[in-house]
Amino acid sequence: MLRSRLTQAASAAQRAFSTSPKVLAVKQMTVRDGLNSALDDELARDDRVFLLGEEVAQYDGAYKVSRGLWKKYGDKRIIDTPITEMGFAGIAVGAAMAGLRPICEFMTFNFSMQAIDHVINSAAKTFYMSAGAVNVPIVFRGPNGASAGVAAQHSQCFAAWYAHCPGLKVVSPYDTEDARGLLKSAIRDPDPVVVLENELLYGTAFPVDDSVADVDFLIPIGKAKIMRPGKDITIVAHSKAVETALLSAAELAKKGIEAEIINLRSIRPLDMETIFNSVRKTHHLITVENGWPQHGVGAEICARFMEDQAFFELDAPVWRCCGVDVPMPYTKSLELNALPREHDVTAAALKVLGSKAGKK
Amino acid sequence: MSFLRKSVHLLTAARQNVKTLGAAGAHRGYSSSGKSVDDRYAFPGARDAPFINNLKLTLPEDYSPIPIYRVLDRDGYILNEQEDPHLSQEVVEKMFRDMLLLSTMDKILYESQRQGRISFYMTNFGEEASHIGSAAALEMRDIIYGQYREAGVLVWRGFRIDQFIDQCYGNDDDLGRGKQMPVHYGSKELNFVTISSPLSTQIPQAVGAAYALKRQPNNDSCVVCYFGEGAASEGDAHAAFNFAATLECPVILFCRNNGFAISTPSNEQYRGDGIAGRGPMGYGIATIRVDGTDVFAVYNAMKLAREYVLRENKPIVFEALAYRVGHHSTSDDSTAYRSAEEIEVWNTLEHPISKLKSYMVHKGWFNEQQETEFVSGVRKQVLKQIAISEKKLKPNWREMFEGVYDVMPDHLKQQQRELEQHIEAHKQHYPLKSFKQ
Repeated sequence: MLRSRLTQAASAAQRAFSTSPKVLAVKQMTVRDGLNSALDDELARDDRVFLLGEEVAQYDGAYKVSRGLWKKYGDKRIIDTPITEMGFAGIAVGAAMAGLRPICEFMTFNFSMQAIDHVINSAAKTFYMSAGAVNVPIVFRGPNGASAGVAAQHSQCFAAWYAHCPGLKVVSPYDTEDARGLLKSAIRDPDPVVVLENELLYGTAFPVDDSVADVDFLIPIGKAKIMRPGKDITIVAHSKAVETALLSAAELAKKGIEAEIINLRSIRPLDMETIFNSVRKTHHLITVENGWPQHGVGAEICARFMEDQAFFELDAPVWRCCGVDVPMPYTKSLELNALPREHDVTAAALKVLGSKAGKK
Repeated sequence: MSFLRKSVHLLTAARQNVKTLGAAGAHRGYSSSGKSVDDRYAFPGARDAPFINNLKLTLPEDYSPIPIYRVLDRDGYILNEQEDPHLSQEVVEKMFRDMLLLSTMDKILYESQRQGRISFYMTNFGEEASHIGSAAALEMRDIIYGQYREAGVLVWRGFRIDQFIDQCYGNDDDLGRGKQMPVHYGSKELNFVTISSPLSTQIPQAVGAAYALKRQPNNDSCVVCYFGEGAASEGDAHAAFNFAATLECPVILFCRNNGFAISTPSNEQYRGDGIAGRGPMGYGIATIRVDGTDVFAVYNAMKLAREYVLRENKPIVFEALAYRVGHHSTSDDSTAYRSAEEIEVWNTLEHPISKLKSYMVHKGWFNEQQETEFVSGVRKQVLKQIAISEKKLKPNWREMFEGVYDVMPDHLKQQQRELEQHIEAHKQHYPLKSFKQ
């Protein structure tokens, strides 16, 4: 019941949003189509690749990410499974050990907790524990992060959970380009990769240039992207929080403050070099994420600054904008306030910049 | 009967519409056979079930237990000549010697843990026949997923004493590079997937590996997954059984039912008819149950199971009943929860090695002196190897950072460099001589 409501909520939350200047010649593509075409490319490229999960075949996936793939590739490559996350995650890990390249879809990452033993103790560690004899080239993917109107057990970010574990790579795409390029890289990667897609962004169309459509379009895992250059303050975000950061940057620009927006793209490995370099220029830093604060992605970035020379580049303490430290409320008005919004980020930026903000 | 034809037609149409999970005939249940004329539509969830009109509970007692197949009696005589596998003297002697080797090596390595030389050990006492009998019926290309108490399968496949002991000591010759606890063996060459500690995760993984095999053209190898009856209570086991059945994978789900999960006896572990009882009715999987102390019974049944899974591309539940004669591990003293007398019966009269020994005696293939010499030879070899393995260098400590990822990422390279600098600065405080440089 809840599962089908999730789909409705996702469609209700769709809106055309883009922060890049719209040029008529530039094509638009939804994140869903970016993911779908990435799957299609990689299934065609390598016959060891297959997709399995609940409802991924005939039903095209609960969020329609695998639309049309079952018709094109058939039962052997697109496999519907009974409802047991630990079962199909385990099957996928075993198939990867035996030389296939499974893509294991969790209907949402909320349900991946049932299978976390396979992800952490088997997929992430087998290469190490077998002293390199058995590798596990696998992708765990699905929607992650807060959705809309589905309350505590269906609205949460698992970036910090998975990023905690050595052996895993974790990516968290924001726009279509990210989604397509990172998923393709994840499928080709020899290590296990967790791909945290955002449920609310599936239906959002972003401009993409022709290179994105190339069958060999790949985004390197472990590299962040500067979405908007700026000289006054660095704002680091991932997934849907990149949108919040960009909206805040527009607000700040009106006040004469030029924020540099970094889209992390990968949570593990974390591209600290890009963040350090940016802070060497701006001397101020804010992190924005929709997950909880404690031991979160922002907390990790703060800790890395404490351990690096870049610490001395900071003119003010780092500020984290995170989800409120409670399970997600169901009530719409509370839900809206449980996640950082652009004015929260703007307020944080002004606070971090302090008297300098007035001089801009 | 025009309506019946019509319903058959509809059902055929429905069948064509339904995916087959990569397996031909997965929905064989769509038959209209045995239905009364009133049953125009079969319930999709139980297609072949008949209707009754007197209310009745189906009780566990309504089913008789699945029988236990055995070839040898307690005294080593073949019960039914037709079931004699007619193995050559050479093969039977290898079986016997491998069982003796396993048991002898277990005794010494168990003691070596007691003396604090290794951190942990698990013996295989009482289950030697289920290891050797099953391994002997397989081909080397068949992939083994073990739980942790399957060292006999490795012995049969040719894992050497030095390889066992080097693993337990985690030295530079350990195939696992000292990254695992003792008894977590693995060998790519012998198609034995490295043991993983968390219980039961190997079961769905084995089904996944079998699925991968099935996809290969002209596949002629299967997967054998060993697990205990306690592990079969984990959610993973239930998920794996269901997936093996629905994905139709050539996997032998081999339950070593040795009566105990650490201290929990099997009568507290489950209420059904063992693990075999779950196969046919529970998951729709062909099932076989054998006396796991009878090496020939295990051998014959395994031959049949292997043939079946490869011919049908379907799984089998294989339950080998035995008794765990040893303690669960070196962290356990089993006399706290079972009597020494009970253990003694299983260690003598019902012991798999004594049954095979009796058989060999009847055949005139047994020689007391040769056995004594063999056992003392193994003892010497194991003790000597322990002395050698203990002295061998540990792998280079830099390897700690290897194998986390296919290519070492920058942050690990940096940690490795920091450790190198630290050790260089403080080398007098580290036992660097015990590590390979």
